Parts: sequence; structure tokens; C-alpha cells
Amino acid sequence: MTYSRILGTGSYLPELLMTNAMLAERVETSDEWIVSRTGIRARHIAADDQKTSDLAYLASLKAIESAGIEAGELDLIIVATTTPDMVFPSTACILQEKLGVPGIPAFDVQAVCAGFMYALVTANNYIKAGMARKVLVVGAELMSRILDWDDRRTCVLFGDGAGAMVLEVSDEPGLLHAKLAADGRYQGILNTPAQIAGGKIQGMPYLHMDGPAVFKFAVKALSDIAEKTLDEAGVAQADVDWLVPHQANLRIIESTAKHLKLSMDKVIVTLPEQGNTSAASIPLAFDCAVRDGRIQRGQTVLLEGIGGGFAWGAVLLRF
Amino acid sequence: MENIEARVKKIVAEQLGVNEAEVKIDSSFVDDLGADSLDTVELVMALEEEFECEIPDEEAEKITTVQQAVDYVTAHLNK
Repeated sequence: MTYSRILGTGSYLPELLMTNAMLAERVETSDEWIVSRTGIRARHIAADDQKTSDLAYLASLKAIESAGIEAGELDLIIVATTTPDMVFPSTACILQEKLGVPGIPAFDVQAVCAGFMYALVTANNYIKAGMARKVLVVGAELMSRILDWDDRRTCVLFGDGAGAMVLEVSDEPGLLHAKLAADGRYQGILNTPAQIAGGKIQGMPYLHMDGPAVFKFAVKALSDIAEKTLDEAGVAQADVDWLVPHQANLRIIESTAKHLKLSMDKVIVTLPEQGNTSAASIPLAFDCAVRDGRIQRGQTVLLEGIGGGFAWGAVLLRF
Repeated sequence: MENIEARVKKIVAEQLGVNEAEVKIDSSFVDDLGADSLDTVELVMALEEEFECEIPDEEAEKITTVQQAVDYVTAHLNK
């Protein structure tokens, strides 16, 4: 059997760390309010001249280095982002130029906060189909660009960043099982509905969210898909060494872990210092836990993410 | 019926992290028990789980006190 496995991981966070106290100077909010409702204490915000592809590039270099390969060995690039550099070309093509690896296929995946789940599953399928052997999968976001900094309900929640993985073909898993899902009926509770037409931005170019509705949907959908993924793979909850959830809200993470009967000791949480970095959050958290020694080779790790669409997914893997 | 009331009070106390004795039949989740918007969502989810029912969002919004929760559950359990 042909499988894919994670060869290396990397991530990048912009220099500026914006604390809740700094935010409280811009909008009517407080550290206490933000922490009690979200668990977030600070988030990284990119410099004005940084683009999503710049963040993706820096995370990719780290992942390629940790994989112990040269960029020239890659044969596919997939970037998950909801904040691309431009309307077109894709951020993956811009990243490809920065990496200096012309010729190989490169494309973006758009599934918002579930983007990395969709991109990882796509990369896995390319490898299993024999169409690629070494794939760079990146989640990169500049959420700060689509936030209304006067809306205290949303601007406190998000941050910028990028995370990357290099997947390679392997005789052994690797990725054990994955499930993706979407339900477009719920697009209205989490979206940024603007579009470009006639040389102008039409519609609201800021992130809109119905927090409580998202919360309820997210906890149910994530618990459900994570359980099904484990069931179908024949892996018991007790055999999961780590859960790496999308980092949106500590209370969603805690509630989902509780539904899955997983102790919070087994959950990788980077949210307090990073906020919600959308498609970047899962590879950022994964890379953080690999580098600090929590996630070890051979361990069983469950990833899960959900976001606008709604779109969600879970991936079970052996690192 | 007392049974439902006791079960609802127990869940409310657990979810909102308050002493069960503080939870009165006329307690308002937000005004008396200090719940925030996400607490009330989690509370509704816990009620759905306990009583194995689905509470639609428009109904859930109207459940703001222990009494309203008991009434809702009572009305929908007997169907």
C-alpha cells in the first residue's frame, strides 16, 4: 500500500505580538473579557508590507529544512488560505516563485479555517494516487487584513501566521484516516461577503460572525467528525496521544475534548499567544508541539478543524 | 416533574460553575447566575444531551431562566 507521512514541519509568526491590553487601547474591551470568553491573550499581527505568501515562504523554508530535503525535490505545492495575496494568481504560485521551484503544480485550497484539513487530505490523495512523492502543504493567513478593528466581537479573535508540512510517499502510514465535510446552508453565520466587481469592492469586506451559533455548530460538528474518523479507523480515543484542534476559541477546544473524552493534557493549545489564525492554526500548533518535544515520532495524532462554509474535517495520523 | 427540575438544576449548576443551592426555579442564567452568551449555548447543548432532544436556535433563545428550561423540557419530553 502507498501512504503519505509527514517528513517535516515548520511555521512562522510575524514579529508584532499584540496583547489584549494593546487592543483595549483601540476598541472598548478588556483582557478579562477576552480571556474569559476566548482564552486568547495575544496574537501576532503582520507588518503592513508582509503578504500571505511571505508568511507562507518563511514557514515553508522551516518545513523543508526540517524535512531534510531541498525545495527542488518537491513535486507539488498546496496552499490553504482565505486571505490570498491577490485575486489571482494563486498564493501557491507566488510561493512557488519565491521558493524557486518552477514547473511543479501549485494551487490554493479555500476552506477557511478548515483549509489545512482540506489541503492535507488533497496532498495525501495525490500521493496515494501516485501523482506526487513530496508535497509542500501550507496554511497561511493574514486575518488582520479582513478584520473590522472597530468591531470588538471579532477583531480580538484572530491573528496572522503560517504553518507548513512536507508530506512524502511512504510504505507505512502516515495518514491513517481522514474525513471532510461541508454544509453551505450555514454560510451566513461566518463569512466575509465582499467581492470585487466593476473596479470596486462590493459588499462588506470584513469578517462577520454569529459567535454563539458558530460555537454550537462547531462543537457538534467537530465532536461528530472526530468520533467518526476514529471509529472508521478502528482507533480508540484512549490510543490518541495528541489532539491538535483548530485554534479558534479555548471553550470550543475544551468542549470538543470533553465530548471526545480526551483530557486537556493531550490537547495542543497555542491559542492564548496566537489567536485564531484560520488555515494556519493547525500546522502552527503541530509544528510548535513537534519542536517543543511533545509530539514524538510514532505517536498517534488527531487533527480537526472547522470554519466558514461551513467546512470541516479531521485527520488521524501516525507521526 | 420534580425529577426534571432537579436534573435541569444539576446541569445548570455544572455548566455555570455555581453551587446547586444557588440555582432557584426563577433564576435567570445571565442576570442571577452570571452566564455569558457562550455559557447559555453550552447550557442548551448540555440540556439537549441530558434529555436527548434537539432545541432549535429560535427556541433556545427564549430559554433564559431555570423555569423556562424546565417548561421546555417538560413540554417536549411528553411528545
